[in-house]
Amino acid sequence: MTVTNEVRRPASAIGEPVLEASGVTMRFGGLLAVNNVNLTVREGEIVGLIGPNGAGKTTFFNCLTGLYKPTSGQVRFASVPKAAKKPASAGAVEPNQPTGALQPLPPKPRAVVRAGMARTFQNIRLFANMTALENVMVGRYCRTTAGPVTSVLRGPKFRREEAETRARAQELLEFVGLGRSAEHLARNMPYGDQRRLEIARALATDPKVVLLDEPTAGMNPQETRQASDLIFKIRDSGLSVVVIEHDMRFIFNLCDRVLCLVRGEALVEGTPGEVQSDPRVVEAYIGTGEDDDDDEAGPGGAHVQDTTVAEQEGKS
Amino acid sequence: MSGDLTTRTSGGHPAAWPLGLAGVVLVIAGSFLSWSYDSSILGDLSINFYPGSLQILAIILAVLGLVLLLIEKGPLESRLGQWLDATLGLRALGLMLTLYMALVLIAISVESDGLINVNPGGYVSLVGAVLLLVGSRLLPLRQLRDLGQARLPGWFEILTIALMMAAILFAAAFALGLTEAWAFVLCLVFITGVITALFRTGVMSWFGHVAQRHKKVLTLAAFVVAFFFPFTQGGSDANMSIATQVLIFAATAMGLNIVVGLAGLLDLGYIAFLGSGAYVAAMLSESAFATIDWHPPFPVVVLIGACVAATLGLIIGSPTLRVSGDYLAIVTLGFGEIFRLAMFNLDGTNGPLLTNGPNGIPGIPELQIGNFNFGDEHTVAGLELGRFSNYYFLLLLLIGFVILVFARLNDSRIGRGWVAIREDEKAAEAMGVNVFGLKLLAFAVGAFLAGVAGTIKAHQDVAVSPDQYIFLESAFLLAAVVLGGMGTIAGVLLGATILKLLPEKLRFFSEYRLLLFGLLLVLMMRFRPEGLVASRRRQLEFHEEDEQLAVAVESKLAEEAK
Ligand SMILES: Nc1ncnc2c1ncn2[C@@H]1O[C@H](COP(=O)(O)OP(=O)(O)O)[C@@H](O)[C@H]1O
Ligand SMILES: [Mg+2]
Repeated sequence: MTVTNEVRRPASAIGEPVLEASGVTMRFGGLLAVNNVNLTVREGEIVGLIGPNGAGKTTFFNCLTGLYKPTSGQVRFASVPKAAKKPASAGAVEPNQPTGALQPLPPKPRAVVRAGMARTFQNIRLFANMTALENVMVGRYCRTTAGPVTSVLRGPKFRREEAETRARAQELLEFVGLGRSAEHLARNMPYGDQRRLEIARALATDPKVVLLDEPTAGMNPQETRQASDLIFKIRDSGLSVVVIEHDMRFIFNLCDRVLCLVRGEALVEGTPGEVQSDPRVVEAYIGTGEDDDDDEAGPGGAHVQDTTVAEQEGKS
Repeated sequence: MSGDLTTRTSGGHPAAWPLGLAGVVLVIAGSFLSWSYDSSILGDLSINFYPGSLQILAIILAVLGLVLLLIEKGPLESRLGQWLDATLGLRALGLMLTLYMALVLIAISVESDGLINVNPGGYVSLVGAVLLLVGSRLLPLRQLRDLGQARLPGWFEILTIALMMAAILFAAAFALGLTEAWAFVLCLVFITGVITALFRTGVMSWFGHVAQRHKKVLTLAAFVVAFFFPFTQGGSDANMSIATQVLIFAATAMGLNIVVGLAGLLDLGYIAFLGSGAYVAAMLSESAFATIDWHPPFPVVVLIGACVAATLGLIIGSPTLRVSGDYLAIVTLGFGEIFRLAMFNLDGTNGPLLTNGPNGIPGIPELQIGNFNFGDEHTVAGLELGRFSNYYFLLLLLIGFVILVFARLNDSRIGRGWVAIREDEKAAEAMGVNVFGLKLLAFAVGAFLAGVAGTIKAHQDVAVSPDQYIFLESAFLLAAVVLGGMGTIAGVLLGATILKLLPEKLRFFSEYRLLLFGLLLVLMMRFRPEGLVASRRRQLEFHEEDEQLAVAVESKLAEEAK
């Protein structure tokens, strides 16, 4: 397993920081959900976020994407140069233009998306009564401009933009392997497909960083493998990925770096190998559940429990 | 192909078919005899072998029954039997025909005291209707093929659309020509009977597919029919007046449909936007009571009225659209009242003199666009078109414009954003959709269109006053949208027509209209919350659990996408 890990990591893809959270703290009344967490994500990197149930991973994500305003601390993100708004052309997922200097996060979730950060939700939040294609087309909203007057008059510009939106959405569906499901209603799709559709919708916003909240929750081993292939594919097209996960094998295989949160605090940060062998991580996990007889756990590492099932009905 | 034709042999009674046939024959025979002793009611049903119009309606229903019987068993079976569900159609038809005949007898006895005035023909037809009903109940049900696969030559489908539209035009002209309330009610029962029978047999579902395939033809045909309607009225002002009322109501309801049906915002003060357009037109008109001494040409007035309404929409919308659901409804309701009270008080003593307070602004002159005065009569091809016809054509243009805006916004990036907001507001925001902006846009566009309608309404009504723009009117507009089907064009047009036409034609209805509409809405919410004509997506929103429906809708959406 570790071998695969080594092979898949490209030699020099990791570059400048694109996302930097420093001292992020989130308090809900008396509850300190996230306490002084730092995280840096570089270009072309896959960063894992692990931790037992209720550790504050989703809350941290919400702070990163502007859904919550952190009680204290700062999130900074590489600004998109103004000229970077050229329409997407061929090539499945396009990274944005060269990253500018890091800037404080814009205040609204919508502006965060525009700046180039997109996410999925722990409990799937698709537009259930829209088709797969329409879901992805909604993701294009922030990269298109047709206003009410243009939409009513239907000039050539409107038609071109619609056609581009449609083509790009179809392309992204194919990228995640849902090319044949374009006309299906999201609610009628199988669970695994819904997860992938959510990723396609996030990619449609032309992000620089995608944040995936438990993308394999509830998936079977085969679907999980497909999901990790997909995440590699996204990374290979130049994006950075931050992924929350419970399945240890999955995450240690996938990530370049792993951050372990426990009770809102950053416990360890390091390479998968380092985190895996850290006794505190083992303890934190064992503290929340029983060890199991998983014979496939990574070498030299502790047996870490897979709490996927227990986590299925968390909140986003 | 024959596999899905397995007959459901739930054992039809051998006497069923002959019974039905006997019923049909009796209804027709009875209709040629006299129904009523009194010749002065219901358009004269008293002459033997000379059927009056209500008797002809009964004959038409019976002939339809005969056709269905022949599809059930007979020469038409081999062609249509595998597609159309004649049994269900006959059951609906039998029921409606029985209801029709029973109502005829009731009408005769009510209008000219007592059942004694009913002649044998009436009873013969009633017995025939009951026989048809009983016979149809005994007929077996059958397995049918999917009408979505039925293919007929294109010219035939277009011909069907044309015939359907012609029938609608004819029915509208006929129904509006009836002056007696009972006759009108009977005509409605007849129309309902034909439509339900067509629905039950599946003809309507086939027509739905046809309409899907020839959307442009259908739209064009609908406008042609609407265009020719005034020519069927022979210069009768009464009906044309009602028609213009219906049109302006429908145009306003279509505007509200953008707010409620597309963006999913509950607006209970929408009438205020119509009112602001009307007041602007009145204040800028040449009326002796107009308060502003500037009389720009009408197109300018329209623009000003619409912009004032849209601005009001933005002003009321920007602080309130952050609240959602019920709270928004309450705030808009309050806004509607504020508008009415403001119009009441801008009378020169409590505020600046703009609206003449409770007296309003009367004496608004006829609309004048260029050299064309809307008060003049015109003769086109020997047919007289009066004042109301002029307004009618203008309103037809307006409603075409509103529908265009509605349909095109719906099918665009903006429309997709609205659906996403309705589905999951948080997720939409997190995917980069400008939730607040889109809600505000819906509010402003809706207000703009209502403002345009208002400027025309002021001239058509000749006067504006605060009591025209009360909460009840907002409630009726909303009822039209909900009853007809939120987010649909055909549905809202239908809902608006029903809600405006019935009280105008039926005096007793208008006395109890609040009670009756309330009842109607309660029943709708219980049995068909998505409205008479359901928007596919709305239907799913109302039936979250229904997996079968979800699959059916999916295939329909796929068909539409082609
Ligand atoms: N909106 C909220 N209000 C109050 N408490 C919250 C809220 N969101 C999360 N929490 C609490 O914060 C803690 C961390 O939750 P969460 O971030 O969902 O954990 P994780 O995703 O790691 O399982 C939990 O104790 C949870 O109950
Ligand atoms: Mg979580």
